[in-house]
Amino acid sequence: MKKIPYYPGCTLKTTGKNFEDSAIATAKVLGLKLLEIDRWNCCGTVTSLTQDDLIHHIASVRNFIRVQEMNERGEVDDYRLLTLCSMCYNTLKSVSNVMQERPDDLDKINNFMDREEDYKGGVTVVHLLELIREMGFDEIKSKVKKSLGKLKVSPYYGCTLLRPKEVALDDPEVPTIMEDLLNAIGVDVIDSPKKSMCCGSYQTVRNPKTVVRLGYEIIESARKRGAEALVTSCPLCAFNLDDRQKEIKLEHPDFERMPVFYFTQLTALAFGLKKDVNNFDLNFTDPRPLLKKKKI
Amino acid sequence: MAKEKNIMEKIAHANQSVTKGIDPKDVKHWAKIYIMGKVYEVPADLTIMQAMEYAGYRFIHSCGCRAGFCGACSTIYRMKGEYKLQTAMACQTRVECGMYLVQLPFSPAEKPIYSVTKEPYEGNSFLKYFPEIARCVSCNTCTKACPQDLEVMDYVQAALRGDFQRVAELSFDCIQCGMCALRCPAEIVQYNVSQFGRVMYGRNGFPENKALKKVVKATEKGEYKKDFKNLLGLNMKQSKEAYKKQQATKAKFLKGGKK
Ligand code: SF4
Ligand code: SF4
Ligand code: FES
Repeated sequence: MKKIPYYPGCTLKTTGKNFEDSAIATAKVLGLKLLEIDRWNCCGTVTSLTQDDLIHHIASVRNFIRVQEMNERGEVDDYRLLTLCSMCYNTLKSVSNVMQERPDDLDKINNFMDREEDYKGGVTVVHLLELIREMGFDEIKSKVKKSLGKLKVSPYYGCTLLRPKEVALDDPEVPTIMEDLLNAIGVDVIDSPKKSMCCGSYQTVRNPKTVVRLGYEIIESARKRGAEALVTSCPLCAFNLDDRQKEIKLEHPDFERMPVFYFTQLTALAFGLKKDVNNFDLNFTDPRPLLKKKKI
Repeated sequence: MAKEKNIMEKIAHANQSVTKGIDPKDVKHWAKIYIMGKVYEVPADLTIMQAMEYAGYRFIHSCGCRAGFCGACSTIYRMKGEYKLQTAMACQTRVECGMYLVQLPFSPAEKPIYSVTKEPYEGNSFLKYFPEIARCVSCNTCTKACPQDLEVMDYVQAALRGDFQRVAELSFDCIQCGMCALRCPAEIVQYNVSQFGRVMYGRNGFPENKALKKVVKATEKGEYKKDFKNLLGLNMKQSKEAYKKQQATKAKFLKGGKK
């Protein structure tokens, strides 16, 4: 099994445990062992767009140093850092780019971190979706044990996998990576024009009304085209689109709740993995009635 | 009146500097230190706390246990010619030539009120009471500031992801001196965060120790009363013997022998 350094991020250790467990199990089927980097720290969650705001890049750089150390110790077979959460992916990848482009700033950061070994650069950041694409979707197809054909699911990308274009894991305008994966595992994929519209992100703290409005638009747009569920790779999108359905229901009494899956929960189902890796208890809208209806 | 005088005498005695009566003729090595910018020559084998007393300071705060436990004697210093700002507990650290130092009497911080018995044992509780931990930029300044050499940043990070056990284990030796909190650019009060972690873990996560429970019960029943009475009745020679015997049994036990 190929060993790759893995960065979980804070949410996957608490409310996003369903994402982490199903992803680790999925990766295992694909011959990948995710080795959690030790002493990782929060990526900072939002990239600082102020270019000289170096202190906000330190968190990510520290994580890259851990990857460097793991490679020096020969514990892993990859110089890339794997992430699952879209937000972590976005932040880490932006910083990795900045450090590559601005050696002077990297020097400054290395100087500041006088208790760490220097970061030498070169650690790149990948998302599990990218690794899957790298393996080839036919490989995925060959692992499918259970048909999910009757399930109508619409992929939701949100912002952080696609914007800005320097960190995008696919064409930011016409992404297909999730569709390709879902097709490979035999899901009935429903396209929706709002699949990369922002869910409101952090507005959920100060301005939940906006998030409720956006969530309603995104869900209804997918439903109109026949979707029965959404799929995402972001715990914050999942919270906004799923948990906020309580508030949507208050504003729109006819609204019906729609489950939101992590893409790895669907791969785990298709690969016929043990049910507990999916921890459906942690999904805000329980997807099990829908799965039961579809005899999955 | 007589009684009151007695108390005053006791206080006066307790307030006497531990360095009282040092004869400069007996001092072999001297250190030049700067207390709040003013230069002093002090005997080189004193702790910072003793050196300050030698220099004429009288502590009415910034001093408690004199034994490295209470966290009252936080001191910051720089060495001549170095850029690093260092920290120490004044009662535990020897003076060195060229120390520029000052004591920090207090770290202002509000402690949120929570109920250990009612608070659910959930990862997100950390963020509920200490939302500012999300501002941590992983600069590691807190770790560098900790005179106890704790991995402070790592425990803040563990709190952020709701790992009570890791917080409790990493912060076990925290003496709440406040140094980390005063240096943190994100204005986090680390020691309150970790205290919350420890009490919550102690109550909910720490595996119950059956042996301890048994001993507490036996103590309550008075099973050890007789042994204690015997111990207290020993003379010096007898207690030394008893101590040696106890240490031998302990060593044997730790080696994996019988109790
Ligand atoms: S963690 Fe902070 S309060 Fe605790 S001993 Fe270290 S510096 Fe002092
Ligand atoms: S000093 Fe503050 S911001 Fe820096 S690592 Fe420690 S807790 Fe985080
Ligand atoms: S006086 Fe208590 S720790 Fe120094």
